[in-house]
Amino acid sequence: MTYFNDRSNPDPFLLAAACVGLAAAGIGLALWQRHRNAEKSAFPTDAPHWTKERKSDRALFGKSLLVNRPREELFAAWNVRRFPEFMENVVAVEEAGDGVSRWTIKGPAGREVTLVNRITEKVPGESIYWQSTPDSDIANSGEVRFADAANGRGTYVSLILAYEPPGGTLGRLGAKLLQREPEVQARRDLHRFKQLMETGEVTSNASPSARSSENPTQPHI
Amino acid sequence: MRAVTWQGRHKISVETVPDPEIVNPRDAILRVTSTAICGSDLHLYDGYIPGMRAGDIVGHEFMGEVVETGAGSTLKKGQRVVVPFTISCGQCFFCERQQYSACDNSNPSETRDASELMMGHAMGAAFGYAHLTGGYAGGQAEYVRVPYSDVGPVVIPDGLPDDDVLFLSDILPTGWQAAVNADIEPGDTVAVWGCGPVGLFTIQSALLLGAGRVIAIDHYPTRLALARKYGAEVLDYTEVNVREALDEMTGGIGPDACIDCVGMESHGFALDNMLDHVKAKLYLGTERPHALRQAILACRKGGRLSIPGVYGGFADKFPLGQLMEKGLTVKSGQTHVQRYTGELLDMIRDGKFDTVSLISHHAPLEDAAEMYRHWHDEQNSYTKIVLKPGLQKGTIEAVQAMEHA
Repeated sequence: MTYFNDRSNPDPFLLAAACVGLAAAGIGLALWQRHRNAEKSAFPTDAPHWTKERKSDRALFGKSLLVNRPREELFAAWNVRRFPEFMENVVAVEEAGDGVSRWTIKGPAGREVTLVNRITEKVPGESIYWQSTPDSDIANSGEVRFADAANGRGTYVSLILAYEPPGGTLGRLGAKLLQREPEVQARRDLHRFKQLMETGEVTSNASPSARSSENPTQPHI
Repeated sequence: MRAVTWQGRHKISVETVPDPEIVNPRDAILRVTSTAICGSDLHLYDGYIPGMRAGDIVGHEFMGEVVETGAGSTLKKGQRVVVPFTISCGQCFFCERQQYSACDNSNPSETRDASELMMGHAMGAAFGYAHLTGGYAGGQAEYVRVPYSDVGPVVIPDGLPDDDVLFLSDILPTGWQAAVNADIEPGDTVAVWGCGPVGLFTIQSALLLGAGRVIAIDHYPTRLALARKYGAEVLDYTEVNVREALDEMTGGIGPDACIDCVGMESHGFALDNMLDHVKAKLYLGTERPHALRQAILACRKGGRLSIPGVYGGFADKFPLGQLMEKGLTVKSGQTHVQRYTGELLDMIRDGKFDTVSLISHHAPLEDAAEMYRHWHDEQNSYTKIVLKPGLQKGTIEAVQAMEHA
């Protein structure tokens, strides 16, 4: 009889010991995993801006697109004066001289945000780097690079953007939901740049529907 | 203008909507003269395609007269054109390689995110076919906006009636590509699942490309009769065990190439298909690939599998081991319409294709809701429906009464 009783009511001491043992094993496994990851990350990746672990408080985003046009032509077109043609959220860009430009962009919930950025380095035909100045509503920095694809397959255009999200992670999530988050906008703008350069126009699905809220000359989701 | 709109599962209505306008330099506007209902429109009708919104204008097989052009269009007012269902820019990596249906620019920035998430890469765009493929209004309407009108539309010479050339928009090139993708060698036995309009053009194409024989599989007598008329041997799967029959007809090795012209809504009274039906009804799955499973098992070792049939997502009970062990080559994809329209127009003019005898009905655009119902429920007597925006409501013409096989 005692045998069955022992089975259904295990010794509480033994049970606690088993729990501690399991927890210890779990912690050990986690530490080992972490150690392994740390070892692994010692090997440098060939895509430094696309790693899973990002050592910055800023929201970092990178996107690369293959554009079927020559590098020099794309570099020339990446010009403040042409930005409103393909940057949907950009209301206006004014050049303030000395590589500084003032950007008026659409923010979440109909607000407008002003960015003031300074070009810190420009390698003709290859890359442009910028940093925001203290006047900027949002601190940000970034670079755009142009690299030849093999065998005349066009140009890889890479955009890397880091910014301090107003409202932190939560604010960023909210802006994403409102489709006014810089990462969403930059990704779409980069694709509009590709469309404009390859086809001469920014693709639009503007067409009629039986939804009264829509206009046949405006794009829709 | 009047247009056929999707309002929900099994709900189609003809509504008055704003006219389309030129938005980009390369656009053109057509006055639609003929527009067909496609088998893939039934996937929309049945609610199998994600990303439709109530009020979308449907239709991707259409032709008409150019009434307006943007500054960058090469078309001229008054020209008659057939428009490929795929929207393609002509200048991206994919279009330059004639992979037009994979165009990287036609799916706008706003709609490509969802498509990219689902497929790994954003799909190209099509007319009247859900927001994952661009959200463009379709051509089952009085007027339609055609983007990149310098790349897609095929100018039709005078004297060729609409019925002869309308199917250059989709089903003829789709049937042709299905046969091209089967890499047919002289003397091959080609098995074709599904004798809908695409299957019927696949049969004609396979024979033109040198197949020794084509074996067609369906269960609607009218469709089997058309398949036989175009030169195929036919199997009614409700009467015979298809795999046994295919083995017996090929001396035990199986067909050299198998073509699935059925897609995601397979018919067939088999255990796997009944399970798929249950899952689809419970919104647990969209694919019912019974025909594709059978094609993989039927195909000869080292044979070729071509899949023009439309699938939308994840399939289960997929015979992957069989595909691998038998060493099959698979080719698939939406049709690169623009790649084939030139040669196919020439072949139509030379009388190589019968493009008209599969049309069973001409109907007014106004009767579209009723026609969708017939197309869905009476697949034996409705083999292809052409809608005419000009016709008076109620004037439905049955083109021919097919004799049963």
